[in-house]
This record gives sequence, structure tokens and C-alpha cells, in this order.
Amino acid sequence: MKIHEYQAKELLAQYGVPVPEGVLLSEKDTIPDEIRFPCVIKAQIHSGGRGKAGGVRLVNSADELKKAAGELFGTCLVTRQTGPKGRTVHKLLLTPAERIKKEYYLGLLPDFENGGLLILASACGGMEIEQIAEEQPDLIFKQPVSLQIGLRDYHVRVLTEKLGMSSSLFCQMRTILKGMFRLFLEKDCSMAEINPLSETEDGRIHITDAKITFDDNGCAGHPELMSLMDPFEEDEKELKAREAGLNYISLSGTIGCMVNGAGLAMATMDMLEGYGGRPANFLDVGGSATEGRIKKAFEILLSDERVRVILVNIFGGIIRCDIAARGILGAAEDLGVKIPVIVRLEGTYAEEGRRLLRESGLSVIPAENMSAAAKKAVEYGGESD
Amino acid sequence: MSILIDENTKVIVQGITGKQGRFHTEQMLDYGTKIVAGSTPGKGGSSVSGIPVYNTVSKAAEMTGADTSVIFVPPSAAADAVLEAADAGMRLIVCITEGIPVLDMIRVKKYLEGKDSVLIGPNCPGIITPGACKIGIMPGYICKKGRIGIISRSGTLTYEAIHQLSQRNIGQSTAVGIGGDPVHGLGFVHALELFEKDPETLGIVMIGEIGGDEEERAADYIKNHIRKPVAAFISGRTAPAGKRMGHAGAIISGGKGTAEGKAHALSESGAAVAKLPDEIGGTLEKAVRGAGIYERCLWGEKDS
Repeated sequence: MKIHEYQAKELLAQYGVPVPEGVLLSEKDTIPDEIRFPCVIKAQIHSGGRGKAGGVRLVNSADELKKAAGELFGTCLVTRQTGPKGRTVHKLLLTPAERIKKEYYLGLLPDFENGGLLILASACGGMEIEQIAEEQPDLIFKQPVSLQIGLRDYHVRVLTEKLGMSSSLFCQMRTILKGMFRLFLEKDCSMAEINPLSETEDGRIHITDAKITFDDNGCAGHPELMSLMDPFEEDEKELKAREAGLNYISLSGTIGCMVNGAGLAMATMDMLEGYGGRPANFLDVGGSATEGRIKKAFEILLSDERVRVILVNIFGGIIRCDIAARGILGAAEDLGVKIPVIVRLEGTYAEEGRRLLRESGLSVIPAENMSAAAKKAVEYGGESD
Repeated sequence: MSILIDENTKVIVQGITGKQGRFHTEQMLDYGTKIVAGSTPGKGGSSVSGIPVYNTVSKAAEMTGADTSVIFVPPSAAADAVLEAADAGMRLIVCITEGIPVLDMIRVKKYLEGKDSVLIGPNCPGIITPGACKIGIMPGYICKKGRIGIISRSGTLTYEAIHQLSQRNIGQSTAVGIGGDPVHGLGFVHALELFEKDPETLGIVMIGEIGGDEEERAADYIKNHIRKPVAAFISGRTAPAGKRMGHAGAIISGGKGTAEGKAHALSESGAAVAKLPDEIGGTLEKAVRGAGIYERCLWGEKDS
């Protein structure tokens, strides 16, 4: 789960990290009087590259601020990470402008290789870490930290030295790293980043931007984090699917897919593209899909106006194909399916499932195997018109 | 012969009194698996399908002599369950649970380092040696006893591969689902090593997916250490970057972990790579025919 910059900064502050004072503005808010200028106005969307897209601006007066805010609210920012549709700006963060001497990158990740956490740091601040990794991999410093010993002072010393920081910044860096570390472990983060972490001309560390992502598997243990989710940032169908316990990802094609199992769902997409079609979504109904869940999945697919054909690919293991077939038929009947539905059933009670579909009288088209199903789906859902 | 489990494996079900635990205990018993005990804290003294339930894994092991456990507990308790099993001396721990926090698994994996326990999973379908023992949730009836080992990150694609082989009358020695989480126990390399050493196994099917670099490391291992024919498939060729595709570990980030990269590494290693998922069986058949061992891989054939 992703959160906004202002939320990440608030969380860091709770863990003792000295973040700059900020004022959060929503569309309906009036701009408070006590703002000191110059200040930086930052669009709050879940994406990097906001500066380049015009979402971060320096303003020198209340008038400039009013004008910039008016322009930014409701606007759609398109960055390298948002895709062509972009993200609409609903909130702005105002922070004091600082005279910056140097910018650094500081990140914390789970370390799968060494079994702990990994600090990533670079003197090339302000760039995305992927970009630094690509263009200047030698300038990324990696410090694994074992969970048995935790973060120690020497880790911080080595890090500041590698970054070429003055040793006078050690204490500030230690406070920041200790806070980040504790936050990461207590809240099950999957990524925490301060980028840029800036050094001001008067020798202070300034947390210019912060980004935190939580491990979706960890969220169940931290119900308080759910209030940080911004529904504006989520795909409506993905949100609805998540609530129903389905794994759904919206894609750009015309063939709606419903599959059990993540691997088979990906493989089904591969199959479709192999035959020249494009999936409208990834949808894994899970290993233990019930009639009800299958119906919910169908509703989500049908609510997608781009979907011209539905492809169902079920390998019944624990879930029985006859039950899956009943779910499909129930959904088709209740929801009045007007588009072709291609169904491939294999595994437990597959014969019975296929018979039910055949004898239903509904416009469900059975397919004898995966490739036949994919070919048929491409045929019906082709994008020629 | 087979890898990790056989007809003598004695199994404890952790979380046997839950809905999933109960259901799959019955399924495993039907398949012939020697389930000898269950464990659920506070439910000691009761029984499920005639199987005695104990409060702890160590008590269950002490009473029955079991050295293998399978875990069906909720995600918040699963890390504890794995650690408890390891400390109770379980040689093999199969964790079916999906949704365990990554940091929990990092701690668990670190703890298991240097211990004798092998962990399979989490977020996996388990392991099956056809005709002998099934530990997990896969539909046993699609399997045929035979000579091909299967390793996979995906559950339903494992079934797909088994089904495609069985339809061609090619049996399986052991099929293992290693799970879809980024931090898991048994990996491709270790499983490949076990299959290479197992005299019963003549060929290997390996099914990977986007995310991480395990397939690349497996390719390296295949190149240097595997003499048996390997057929491989990588799913997620068309998955968009930066999106988690159902499995917590299935994500392309920073241009790393793509299906193309993995398929390429495997081709270079000498493995036969299926382009599409319905070609897995055919690709394996071609590979074992090429190695001159096709007849020996057929179901019901005795070693010549």
C-alpha cells in the first residue's frame, strides 16, 4: 500500500525524525495567513517525478500561492510513473523553501539476500534510485543491517563517510536512520525513502521528500494504517475486487479474464497475447473460490465497458468445476450477460461442469483446452473495429 | 524413490482444527498420506477425523515419531508455527498459508539457516509423490506415478503441468510447489539438486514467473550441475512492470525480474523453454525423447 508524502512525513515525525513543518491544503480550504514565503507547494499524488510534471512549485507571495493552488487543484498530473491517464491533484503540501547545498538519496528495503534490512544511499539525490542504478551504479552505497543486532552507530558512521558528509551531520543522520528503522519494522514497511535528503547551506539536514510503502501482507496486523489509504489513488475496480477478496489488476485490453491461481492467470494473459489479443485485466479468484466469489468477479468484469468477451480459465483442484460452472451460470442469469463468455474447465468434476454449461441454454461457449479458449476469446474480442 | 517425502513419511497437521486444516486433513488421508497427529494450541486431547490433536508440535512429535509437518494456520500465526515446527525437530515443514508479512518470513528464514529443517512455502500448494504421499492441497487424482520431477512457484500451473504430463502418459516422481512469496524456504536450486540426485527422477519441469532472480540462479545451476533434461516455462511475459501479479513475489521492478530475461537465461543453460503454458507437456516430451529416455518416462514402465 502506498501513501502520500505528507502522510509519510507525519509518520516519520512520530518516530522522532525531524521533518520540516508543513501545511496541508485541500480544495475547499482557505489558505491560512501565517504562511511564510518563499515556500514550496507540492501536489500530493502517489507518484515520483512530480517536479518535472509541474506538480512542485516555488511561490514567493500569497498571490502566487493562490494562483498556483488554483492551477494545481483538480489538474491531472502525468508523470513517468502514472501512465498516460495521470493522477488528479486533490491535496497540496506547503513546506518552507530552503537554501540547499547538496542532495542525497536514502532508502530502506527488506534484504532478501542477507535476511535483514538494506540501507541504500547515494550522493546523487533527487534522482529515482532505479535511474541512479542504471546510470551510476557505482554511486549507490549498500549497507545490509542484520535484524539480530539492529542499526548501530557504526552503520551510520560508515554511511556518512561513504556519502562524503561532514562528520558534524552524524547525530542528525543517526536520529533519522534510527527513526526510519524503527518505523520500518514496527509498521511492516516494504520501502521507506527520503529523496532528496538535503543538506542546507547552514549545515542542517532537511527531509525534502519522503515516500513509504507498506507490505500488503503486513497491513492486516496494523489496522490503523488503513485510514492512510487514499481511495482517489486507487482504481475503482481494483478496490472493489480487493474488498471481495479477489486479486484484480486493471489492464488496457478488451478481453476480460477470470482465472484461479496467480500463475495460471498470468499464463492466461500470456496465452491471449500469444494469439494476438489483449487482456482487459488480471483476475485471480483464488484457489478456494466459491459460487459467490465467482459471481462477484463476473460483476467486476461486466462493469468494465471495454470488455467485449469474457474468458474463464479454471483448473479445478480443490474448487470443483461443477461448482464453478454453477457460479458462472448463476452470474450469467442474474446479471444478464450480453457478451460472449468462453469457458475452459479442467480438473475436479470437469466433465460435470462442462455438461452443466452445455445444457444450460445460456450463451456460454465451452472450450476443450487453454489454447482453444484463448483463440476463441481473441476471435470474439478482437480489436478490429 | 522420490524427493523429500515417500510412503513412510509421518505427518503432523498444524492448525488441524481450523476449516482448511480439517478439510485438507481428510483429503490427505484419502490419498493415503500417513497423517499421525494434529496440533492446535488449547485443543489438545480432541481429535479430527480420528487423528489425535495435541497442544504443541513437540508433544505431537514425541507421541507419534512424526518428523514432518504441514501448516494451515492464519497468516498472523504462521511464522510462529514454522519456528515451533523447526524447534520441535521437524525435518520437513510445508507451509500452505498465504499472506505472511515479508519481515516475518525474513526473520524465520534467518532462524532456519544452519538448521536441519527444510521449509517448503509459504503460499504454496505443497508437495506430492504420486501414489505414496501428498502433503498439501493439490488434487491428487490428476497425478500419475512416474519419473518426472516438477518444481513451480505457482499452484494452479503445477496442476496444469501435472495434467499435461499425465495426459501424455508421462508420470511424475515428485511435484513441489515452492510458493509465490518473495521470501520462501526450498528454492529452485535446492530442488534441482535433489531431483538430480534422485535415481527415480529422469527429467525435470521447472515453472517460474516474473519477479526476483531465482530463475536466473537456477539457470546457472542447470548449466553447471544438471545432467537430466529440463523443460521450463516462465509466466508473466505480458505482465505490466511495477504491478504485483497476485503473488507477493511476482513483480517486475526497476526493469529486473522480467519473463524474457528468465526465459533467456534458461534457454542459455540448455533447458527447453515452452513459450506458451499449454506447451509445457509437449516441451518436456520432446526433451526426454531427445535424451533417448522417453519410453522409460511413461507411466507403468519399469526401468530397463
